[in-house]
Amino acid sequence: MWPRLGEGGRRRERDGSLSPLEDVMADGYILRDPRALVGALLEAGWRVIAPLERDGSLTPEVVSAPDELPCGLVDMQAPGAYRLQQQDSGRWFDAVVGAQGWKRWLHPAERRLWTARRDADGFSIAPAAEVWPPTVFFGVRPCDLAAIARQAEVFRQAGDPAYGERLAATRIVAVNCTRVAETCFCASMGTGPGVSAVVDVALTELEQGLLVDCGTANGAALLRGMDLATAAPADIAAARAAVEAAARDQIRAMPPDIADRLQRASESPRWQEIAARCLHCANCTLVCPTCFCTDVTDRSDLAGDHAERWQRWDSCFSPEFSYLHGGAVRRSVAARYRQWITHKLSTWHDQFGTSGCTGCGRCITWCPVGIDLVAEARAFAEEEA
Amino acid sequence: MDIQSIQDLLTEHPILGRFDTASRELLVGCARNHHFGAGEMIQTEGDPADLVHVLRKGDVAIEIAAAHLAPVIVETVHGGDILGWGWLIPPYRTMYDARALTEVSCVSLDAACLRGKCDDNPMLGYQMFKYWLPHLAARFRAQRLQVVDLYGEGRD
Amino acid sequence: MAKAVTDQARISSSLLPRRFRVQQAWPESATITSLALSPLEGPVPSFRAGQFNMLYAFGVGEAAISICGDPDSGDLLHTIQNVGPVSGALCDLMAGDVVGVRGPFGSGWPLADQSGRDLLFVAGGLGLAPLRPAILQALAMRDTFRSVTLLVGARSPTDLLYPAQLADWAAGDGLELAITVDRGPPGWTGMVGVVTNQLARALQGRDPASVSACVCGPEIMMRHTCLTLCDAGVPAAAQWISLERNMKCAIGTCGHCQFGADFVCRDGPVFRWDKVAARLRIAEI
Repeated sequence: MWPRLGEGGRRRERDGSLSPLEDVMADGYILRDPRALVGALLEAGWRVIAPLERDGSLTPEVVSAPDELPCGLVDMQAPGAYRLQQQDSGRWFDAVVGAQGWKRWLHPAERRLWTARRDADGFSIAPAAEVWPPTVFFGVRPCDLAAIARQAEVFRQAGDPAYGERLAATRIVAVNCTRVAETCFCASMGTGPGVSAVVDVALTELEQGLLVDCGTANGAALLRGMDLATAAPADIAAARAAVEAAARDQIRAMPPDIADRLQRASESPRWQEIAARCLHCANCTLVCPTCFCTDVTDRSDLAGDHAERWQRWDSCFSPEFSYLHGGAVRRSVAARYRQWITHKLSTWHDQFGTSGCTGCGRCITWCPVGIDLVAEARAFAEEEA
Repeated sequence: MDIQSIQDLLTEHPILGRFDTASRELLVGCARNHHFGAGEMIQTEGDPADLVHVLRKGDVAIEIAAAHLAPVIVETVHGGDILGWGWLIPPYRTMYDARALTEVSCVSLDAACLRGKCDDNPMLGYQMFKYWLPHLAARFRAQRLQVVDLYGEGRD
Repeated sequence: MAKAVTDQARISSSLLPRRFRVQQAWPESATITSLALSPLEGPVPSFRAGQFNMLYAFGVGEAAISICGDPDSGDLLHTIQNVGPVSGALCDLMAGDVVGVRGPFGSGWPLADQSGRDLLFVAGGLGLAPLRPAILQALAMRDTFRSVTLLVGARSPTDLLYPAQLADWAAGDGLELAITVDRGPPGWTGMVGVVTNQLARALQGRDPASVSACVCGPEIMMRHTCLTLCDAGVPAAAQWISLERNMKCAIGTCGHCQFGADFVCRDGPVFRWDKVAARLRIAEI
């Protein structure tokens, strides 16, 4: 689970050995200023998407100039609370995750699936013409890398290719976390705070700059031509220590046996107690980087000659979500909260072989009444113990 | 038909057949064979409930009629069932109309005779409770399901 | 730094229907319509008894509708009850109209594994529609089974689905047919009462351990039927039901039809009773 730091330019093979990439790189480099890399990527024609400050939060947005990268921001997160603060630290990656992750790009909130038009045959259907420019996701946190992998698996299993096609045309520059928010619990989910998957490029912020770790040939291509200083062994050790400290700093931890516990908690009176607080506003599902549920809506023009089918994010917290003619299956808020948390922490394992939770903490921060997923999970675990 | 064959007929019945032999023998004294033609009324609401019908073969409709309604069949009972419970509950009146839908063969028990034997032989009364009540309970449960209007909504 | 390093990617459209022509449309009742479909282009998709299609009415929307035609002859038949805007628009289709079709989706009735057994079909209301393909297949390989019994429940005689088909089956010697209705109007000479009343008679003369039951109808009817069959000694692992949940995508990505860990669209709609019995006892799951 620990980050592969200092293995720059080479890929860790299944047998544990390191294999050289096409252009042999040293065991790590120091990048003084991330704007230099973003600038080079923009110049090379990449669409760069990075967390930018929007409406008081960090949101992955298209970068048009390197100076848009925020510097010195720190996020204060707590149940039901989020504040970005500007500091003079000169550090680039102290603010961890904002409300929205990368799902808004890979699994858009609203998407036209196809259009249909009346014709002599009855009607004809035209696929939506979506193109995805060569893209770099810049600044992906380990929890969000895990979220991307988990959503990709949902659509892979379903045979819906769009998500995988977008991802395949995307390069990833990840950032290891050296600071955590109060709501982070990735260490207990095994998804962070260091990158454990093979990733094109991973950055770790140090005093003297960013340690650059390259995991793939694609990553090497992104870095080609950059002015990079070779990292010293001490830099690599410092990076490792900073990430390890970020794991220790986490005050929340998911109970390890929560999947089994929830299987047996379907009739617990605790659901009613949570429902009394839950506003079923669906914020948690909207900010969750793995929540994938969608609805479809049909639109047609007034003449009735042109019709479109749109897919958009939906939430299991809405009463219509489980609607069958005659009424909703999950009428009570208690049943809907139970569905959400049980799917996320338990049945996701049965469906996809992993937890549906990555420990990013967004659902805790963005819950307007501060319902704490980890605290609720612990309460279920202890209730049964 | 002789006494022995009525004993056999009761033994073959899925409910009466479970009674112990001694109790069943007591019933034989109250029993006689009965046949109804298709369409024939077997009992009429409000009449004295002086018979209980142990159905052997055929189908019987339980009907409710009201001034503003055509008679509605609310339940059908069949060979293997027992028709009538008014005989046990004072003032011993028939509660519903029952009409033979097909040729019906049954063993009919005289209600007064049966009540008397139960009073004299608590074991017989207990056998009635033990084996007849589940039959009533199953029909009661089915009627509750019917009230739900199961098929009110179809599959879409 | 290398120049724009990859071409832009073309992203595939998802959930794209194929166009089918309504060959025939006929009313089954005031609110129920059947449609026979054939593709405008390409082959008729092969399907298994118990599977469903997503049918799209132009400009209105899509609904999950089970296939009720014979899989062996590839008859793409659907019987649709008008319960909302989409099913209403589908019911309004006429011969010659075009409809969008995605599918077939989901699991089927496990007929192939039941050779040598006593097959019992229990249909409630419109539940006869998803069972019809399996009944037709069972009759086509009738010798494979020791017996075939169909028990049909409906609200009233006029609500019985496929009356002509039922009359054919009653007249034939392939299956034993029993029909029961909740309310018997004057003149009705058949059985009155819920289907569970008739299960004991349907099992008469059979070894319950050798009975395999396929049950389809409203969830409460299926639950009580399977519980009654279990009480009678029919193995829980020899009973199947077809569940219904809200479906939008039918491929396991919209999330709507989740039933515990199962996506009803992908892992169902046909489930073995013992796999879902415990979950069906949990309210609002």
